[in-house]
Amino acid sequence: MNFDLLLDPLFRVPFLTGLLLAALLPLIGMYLRLRHEWLAALAFAQMASAGALLAMVAGWPMILGGVLAALVAALAKGLMARAGAYALMMLLAWGGGVLLVANHPLAEQAGHALFDGQLYFTGDGHLLAAGIACAVVVPLLSWLSRPLLLGRLFPEFYRARGLDARPRLMLFDLIAGLSVALATVSLGVMAAFALVFVPPLVAYRFARSWRAGMALSAVIGMGGYSVSFAVSLGLDQPFGPVCAVVLVMLVASASLDPSRM
Amino acid sequence: MAEVLLRVTGLVAGYAAPVAGPLGFELRRGEILGLAGPNGAGKSTLLKALWGGVRVFGGHIEKAPGLAISHQAQGFDDLRGVPLTGRELLGLTGATPDGLPPWLAGRLGERLDRLSGGQLQFLRLWACLAVPADLILLDEPTNNLDRAGVAYLADWLGRAHSGQGIVVVSHDHGLIDAVCTRVVEVGA
Repeated sequence: MNFDLLLDPLFRVPFLTGLLLAALLPLIGMYLRLRHEWLAALAFAQMASAGALLAMVAGWPMILGGVLAALVAALAKGLMARAGAYALMMLLAWGGGVLLVANHPLAEQAGHALFDGQLYFTGDGHLLAAGIACAVVVPLLSWLSRPLLLGRLFPEFYRARGLDARPRLMLFDLIAGLSVALATVSLGVMAAFALVFVPPLVAYRFARSWRAGMALSAVIGMGGYSVSFAVSLGLDQPFGPVCAVVLVMLVASASLDPSRM
Repeated sequence: MAEVLLRVTGLVAGYAAPVAGPLGFELRRGEILGLAGPNGAGKSTLLKALWGGVRVFGGHIEKAPGLAISHQAQGFDDLRGVPLTGRELLGLTGATPDGLPPWLAGRLGERLDRLSGGQLQFLRLWACLAVPADLILLDEPTNNLDRAGVAYLADWLGRAHSGQGIVVVSHDHGLIDAVCTRVVEVGA
């Protein structure tokens, strides 16, 4: 165990990158859960992973490939608007990703990194991208909150007034895809999914209002992430699996009923 | 004479095929019109047709320019587990809490899933009723309301609402008789 590494300046950029994403992803997850679309986060993450691998093989920046693939997934989801679309995207991304890993020597290493989470190798570019994502997505989410909530509670609200809510809902799909893609190439597939899924699960159970739920989910995301970062660094373990386990333990300790998830 | 908000002539509506109509009526500001008829007559379908929620196969709907419509639909998504307060719910549709019954007004800060079924239903109804709209369409508004809610709704609708026109579909003849200024029969 070496917890002195936590104070090493080398890990400041990775830590801050992950912390920003750990605050952002639960906010996205609150609305995905509201819309019964939390599985979309896994589809976005898988697509981003496959896109990043494809980009690496083609000699492009992985982050670019991941973001582009997730944006394509978000567009497809918005246009198809069916839950089955997520499953098809996941299967396609998984199949394509595994085939790349099996047939390209460079992709094998990168594939493991994407699965395990390559947070410690993120650089200033990732931090800048995460910072820009937070600066853009948080105000956009605030603007989209009302149409997203109305879409679940009063789905006819806009149409009865002669308005079309679909462009705003598609914008949400795009920013969700973008955010999950950024997180996937920084934190790994399952850590990104865990940060979208678990904090809102706890916030829905305990928050006293929607606003409080948003704040609580972000705090849980950042707290769970920080603990995971410290544990994985101190015990020299891959970040992604540690993050997933820590967050699931959080659910267990909060005594949430798994049958209601 | 009050402004005409809606003029409907020979309206036939449905989904893949026509299922309801023809229907014709005129609604002026301040009027409460009841759509009555047996089950399966297509009252809810015709109500939806007034704002474009279903396909119109025939007839004509003429609306006053800039008409703002609020529609309370039958049946709601299950909101158990969603951390939303009553105040936040009303804020979504722009409904005012002024005029809420006392047994609900004091509970607006609570999560919706802490309210009784009747209270939640009334709040959802109120979110569609107490909004800045010219035309309010109510589809079986007494469904799932408790006795206190039905009584309060009838009282609220019975008071003069000169600024709005209201169309009510209900199997509750007591409500229709008590609050509607006019009733139009929809054939089976």
